[in-house]
Amino acid sequence: MAEAVAVGADRESLGGRLRDIGFWADWAAVIGLVALVIVFGLASPSFLTLGNIQAMLVSAAILIVLAVGQTFVIATSGIDLSIASIMTFGAVVLGLLYAAGWPILLACLVGVVAAGLAGVINGTLVAKGRIPDFVVTLGMFSAASGAALILSDGKPTQVVDGFLLALASGSVGPFGYFIVVAAVVVVVAHVALFHTRFGVHVLATGGNAEGARAMGIRTGRVRLAVYLISGVLAGVGAILLVSRVGAAEPAINTTYLLNAIAAVVLGGVSLQGGRGNILGPVVGALLLTALTNGLTLLGISQYYQPLAVGVVVVMAALLMRYQR
Amino acid sequence: MSEPILELRGINKSFGAVHVLHDVDFTVRAGEVTALVGDNGAGKSTLVKCIAGIHPTDSGEVLFDGRQVSIHGPKDAADLGIEVVYQDLALCDNLDIVQNMFLGRERGKAGVLDEADMEQAARRTLASLSVRTVKSVRTPVAALSGGQRQTVAIAKAVLWDSKVVLLDEPTAALGVAQTRQVLDLVRRLAEQGLGVVLISHNMNDVFEVADRIACLYLGRMAAELPTKDVSHSQVVELITAGRSGDLGIARPDMAAV
Ligand SMILES: Nc1ncnc2c1ncn2[C@@H]1O[C@H](COP(=O)(O)OP(=O)(O)OP(=O)(O)O)[C@@H](O)[C@H]1O
Ligand SMILES: [Mg+2]
Repeated sequence: MAEAVAVGADRESLGGRLRDIGFWADWAAVIGLVALVIVFGLASPSFLTLGNIQAMLVSAAILIVLAVGQTFVIATSGIDLSIASIMTFGAVVLGLLYAAGWPILLACLVGVVAAGLAGVINGTLVAKGRIPDFVVTLGMFSAASGAALILSDGKPTQVVDGFLLALASGSVGPFGYFIVVAAVVVVVAHVALFHTRFGVHVLATGGNAEGARAMGIRTGRVRLAVYLISGVLAGVGAILLVSRVGAAEPAINTTYLLNAIAAVVLGGVSLQGGRGNILGPVVGALLLTALTNGLTLLGISQYYQPLAVGVVVVMAALLMRYQR
Repeated sequence: MSEPILELRGINKSFGAVHVLHDVDFTVRAGEVTALVGDNGAGKSTLVKCIAGIHPTDSGEVLFDGRQVSIHGPKDAADLGIEVVYQDLALCDNLDIVQNMFLGRERGKAGVLDEADMEQAARRTLASLSVRTVKSVRTPVAALSGGQRQTVAIAKAVLWDSKVVLLDEPTAALGVAQTRQVLDLVRRLAEQGLGVVLISHNMNDVFEVADRIACLYLGRMAAELPTKDVSHSQVVELITAGRSGDLGIARPDMAAV
């Protein structure tokens, strides 16, 4: 979306562009983020402090990682409703293995593998079973949270470990490790989507699956791969989550699920598939995080937060209809 | 008469209870243009998709260069050197021209795309088809006119070092000038030694470029003849009735059952 505007910039005057609703639609997430930063910055003196910005980036990290996974699935015109449940499941596996005395790195690895396997089950059912994405991942949403509850007996597991503590609190310069992890995920995802054969096949599968198959692309494999990616990134999210909370909780993280989809929509990725964009969903995730953070700082009851998120997402979706 | 490069023998194809192709024999010769004609629904596109490996056949054999081959998917067909411009499987609207032309066969090392190389090849191919109206090979296909898209689809087929090119109604959406270009291209490909199959409903075009005409009637091959041995009206009769004088299916009434 940035390119479209950059090309138009030579020809149109600034005023002309501001009157063009397409301009606002293309830049909806960025404009929304800037607007929120200005409003909250004026309303609350602590909003724009370095400490709060760092805190926001850290809490946006998990959402960014999930939104990137979701973007790949949505680019193939699928949707992963199980992404947050798989994260919970991965976290519980990690926590239980750690509690059973496994080394932390191995526990983390197996947690990611378990989440990846859940993604593979999603992908196999969608690709081979030809069951709609919505149904498969709705089933997995329930199954993964159920498995997490069964495995953990519904109880949280304490995970107090030097490595995870360092992950949550350490930093490279001003950037916490969480931000570094999210940044690495974003860069790798961007390269994969726009500079590799796989990325083109993802977009082709979402844009015209039948045509892609006629060109010899194995769209089933592509679908499987995006669900694997989504599962693995949910596993990465699980490590961050356990590290942040200091425990593996079998709680159902529906807020993460809804916000991960909302971030992708805010980022201008069409739910119809065939359109991909990594930076947009990242901005979307930052916007949602800034929204919740700002409302909290202003002392507004957290009961209003889901309402605010809902309004923002629907407004963005309305604007998106004018996208060029 | 030149060598058959692609030969189909006794091809049958059904979609569920609908028997679309009945014992179809079809020969494509290197260096010749074979026109495949037939009424709407005769089975022309289905035959093309069987050759391309999109539809598995129920029975029959395929010979390529005299050897029996089995084509199980689009990749197999492409590996043999068979390229297809489909009537209905359009380009990916969301991708640009280069991405579409190389779709499934992208160039690059270790999965990373070599954009510059592909752009250059795409530009060269489009130039060789004298496409001048497309501004940039990075234009998304959604932004092209119907004719431009069709040209890109054809360019995609001739980009590869192919031996057989199947064109399913390539001129249906084209203006006069572009149609001219496609017909010239069809001739040129044959002169370069390729086997070319042209599906068209336009008899003038067929008679202008085809060396042979194959006529499908209700899923049966009614006749395969050199163009010089038939007249316009005979071909039209073959298309509409399955027979013309002593040409065609002996008892078309039976064939229709
Ligand atoms: N995927 C499919 N499933 C079921 N039936 C099909 C399928 N594809 C084609 N058919 C049927 O096969 C028959 C032949 O169709 P086909 O598309 O091959 O005709 P055609 O000769 O290409 O016609 P046209 O000139 O209109 O393009 C038609 O009766 C059509 O309904
Ligand atoms: Mg057809």
